[in-house]
Amino acid sequence: MSDDKIRQIAFYGKGGIGKSTTSQNTLAGLAELGERIMIVGCDPKADSTRLMLHSKAQTTILHLAAERGAVEDIELEEVLLTGYKDVKCVESGGPEPGVGCAGRGIITAINFLEENGAYEDLDFVSYDVLGDVVCGGFAMPIREGKAQEIYIVTSGEMMAMYAANNIARGILKYAHSGGVRLGGLICNSRNVDGEVELIETLAARLNTQMIHFVPRDNIVQHAELRRMTVIEYAPTSAQADEYRTLAQKIKDNTKLTIPTPITMDELEDLLVEFGILGDDKEFEHLVGKTADEVPVLAGVA
Amino acid sequence: MTPPVETLTKPTTTSVDLPIVTNEEKKALIKEVLEVYPDKAQKKREKHLNVYEEGKSDCGVKSNIKSIPGSMTTRGCAYAGSKGVVWGPIKDMIHLSHGPVGCGYYSWSGRRNYYIGTTGIDTFGTMQFTSDFQERDIVFGGDKKLAKLINEIEELFPLNRGVSIQSECPIGLIGDDIEAVAKKAAKDLNKPVVPVRCEGFRGVSQSLGHHIANDAIRDYVFPRADKAKKEGTLGVEPGPYDVAIIGDYNIGGDAWSSRILLEEMGLRIVAQWSGDGTFNEMMLSSQVKLNLVHCYRSMNYISRHMEETYGIPWLEYNFFGPTEIAKSLRTIAAKFDQTIQDNAEKVIAKYEAQCQAVIDKYRHRLEGKTVALMVGGLRPRHVVPAFYDLGMKLIGTGYEFGHNDDYKRTADHVEDGTLIYDDVSAYEFEEFVKALKPDLIASGIKEKYVFQKMALPFRQMHSWDYSGPYHGYDGFAIFARDMDLALNSPTWSLIGAPWSRGEGE
Repeated sequence: MSDDKIRQIAFYGKGGIGKSTTSQNTLAGLAELGERIMIVGCDPKADSTRLMLHSKAQTTILHLAAERGAVEDIELEEVLLTGYKDVKCVESGGPEPGVGCAGRGIITAINFLEENGAYEDLDFVSYDVLGDVVCGGFAMPIREGKAQEIYIVTSGEMMAMYAANNIARGILKYAHSGGVRLGGLICNSRNVDGEVELIETLAARLNTQMIHFVPRDNIVQHAELRRMTVIEYAPTSAQADEYRTLAQKIKDNTKLTIPTPITMDELEDLLVEFGILGDDKEFEHLVGKTADEVPVLAGVA
Repeated sequence: MTPPVETLTKPTTTSVDLPIVTNEEKKALIKEVLEVYPDKAQKKREKHLNVYEEGKSDCGVKSNIKSIPGSMTTRGCAYAGSKGVVWGPIKDMIHLSHGPVGCGYYSWSGRRNYYIGTTGIDTFGTMQFTSDFQERDIVFGGDKKLAKLINEIEELFPLNRGVSIQSECPIGLIGDDIEAVAKKAAKDLNKPVVPVRCEGFRGVSQSLGHHIANDAIRDYVFPRADKAKKEGTLGVEPGPYDVAIIGDYNIGGDAWSSRILLEEMGLRIVAQWSGDGTFNEMMLSSQVKLNLVHCYRSMNYISRHMEETYGIPWLEYNFFGPTEIAKSLRTIAAKFDQTIQDNAEKVIAKYEAQCQAVIDKYRHRLEGKTVALMVGGLRPRHVVPAFYDLGMKLIGTGYEFGHNDDYKRTADHVEDGTLIYDDVSAYEFEEFVKALKPDLIASGIKEKYVFQKMALPFRQMHSWDYSGPYHGYDGFAIFARDMDLALNSPTWSLIGAPWSRGEGE
């Protein structure tokens, strides 16, 4: 089992929200502060470490295990690579879409890391987990003895907030049995109107904080093209400083809470309040009506 | 369920010395036995227990419902129902236990489905094939391994007449597309490859596995039969007396001792399955005049399908004990012409002396002895008349996985006051036996040693205790001998320590 002094954190959020980019940039910031870090990618796509390693996708635990026959046939050094600022990088890997059981793959990979002493001489372990928590395997990183702090990457878009609330529900489930806590929401801006207030309100409803607002900047894409973090690619840029600030905030974070997820209705009310969703009453008379029955009104369409 | 310690040591009030007799006493017994359960379990279980009352058309118990966790049910799973019962005995096919190794290993040769053939060459009944799933097969899916395995089977055992894929739990959990693999393999090999979705977690017992297996026969065997018929390659000239024996698993040779009687009657058995059966025989069943169903529970679905699709009538028959054999032979014969009906009488007459000799030899040794039954598909009702033929009395019966229609059919075979127990738990059965004090318990391997250690005569009614056959006239002689062996063995008088018998003082 891992060392108690290691801070184990995890990044969750809707697919495509920028979890991998945000987490790698933030971890690069933590590495600059002298923290010893290991990244555990828990996504069959294996794209959680590419910015650290300047590679497309590293050899994954499961890929190598499948090639050799069993997970017992591989050595830790073969899958645990060292990247930017000595950050250790490992990817669980998993099956191609549509076959097998990716959830079981994550369980297998994490068990392998534990059994082979990967959790040593570290200050931080960070799990980067795909999209929604769809089954038990994807909840593995938040179970007992694993990540104790969860950071949800979200934005002011409706579906990102739905996902954030769902993830809060998953955390609540394990909060009492395993002791996992919510560390905060990271708003990865999509330039939605009133985004800061919206996410701060959502954070308050979920009994947490918006730990940082990461503004949108094209420099992130430029760095990605070079398979680099912004901190490495353009260390003096304003965006690099944003990630450094987030890194420092996470390092100093003591506001670890048990989330209070809200109902679907409450979430929709919140979206109405901020003008993202129209009021139900406004459209009530249109629900379930075909175009023939009620013609589309000019202006609404 | 393990009852609390105090109830284990507490002497049962109703079972001091004499067995309980009246229906009221038996109803009180059910109540008392259930008392150790939590309220919710008590409420659920009481619906599965009853005392049969004369004249009722049903046994009055609920059945085919999920067992209560912790109750030590004797039930199996859907995989057991498909691989172990329905498909497994088809001797010229290879039945692949698809998934981790345990299910295949522990069901290996679990039933004594006798067959004729050269094992490993043209028949494979006692062999065990598994895909031996490893962690990587779960994570990455097992379809490629399955495809490879089927090719290896073909290479090693080229005389196989097809492969069935018996799904274990993980196959359904990870969503492997075994149907696609089967379809491709069937085309490549030009042989039947049958995917069966009998994952163990489906349903409440092995019963759903029978149904799923029947559906697979419907979907993968009969379409081939239809095609072969159209092309004129089915290889049988239909005759007026063609019948198929369905749902006899040939335990210890049961189907063989049944088949000779039907053949002596002049019927032509063109198919017999799945005991000692072949893929081709299953196909031929689509051409018969009448389907004869022995195990209704496990094969009624496919029999109904053939009735609807091919217009073949079916009837349930019973070849346990001379009374039921004669009755069944006459019922079967009544479906045919006078020749067959006359032949049936000749067969019954021919074996009369043989049966009388058996009865003369054993009846006086067994007369009045009581028996408590608890078995699976058909035997909780079908073997009852054979016990009656020997002068024995039934005091309790029940099914592991029966349905309402089984309990309806059972009402014809039991007498007033018979205790009926559905999906009985280990604890309940033990308590009932303590109170009812049957002379013989006839059940399965899970029960055998519990009761034998209680110094009670016991016979296994699934495997015939490695004896048999019990079907037909020849089987009846063996059945009678075995019951006598169990009940009148001098061993029983030697059980018990000398000091507790008052000897040596």
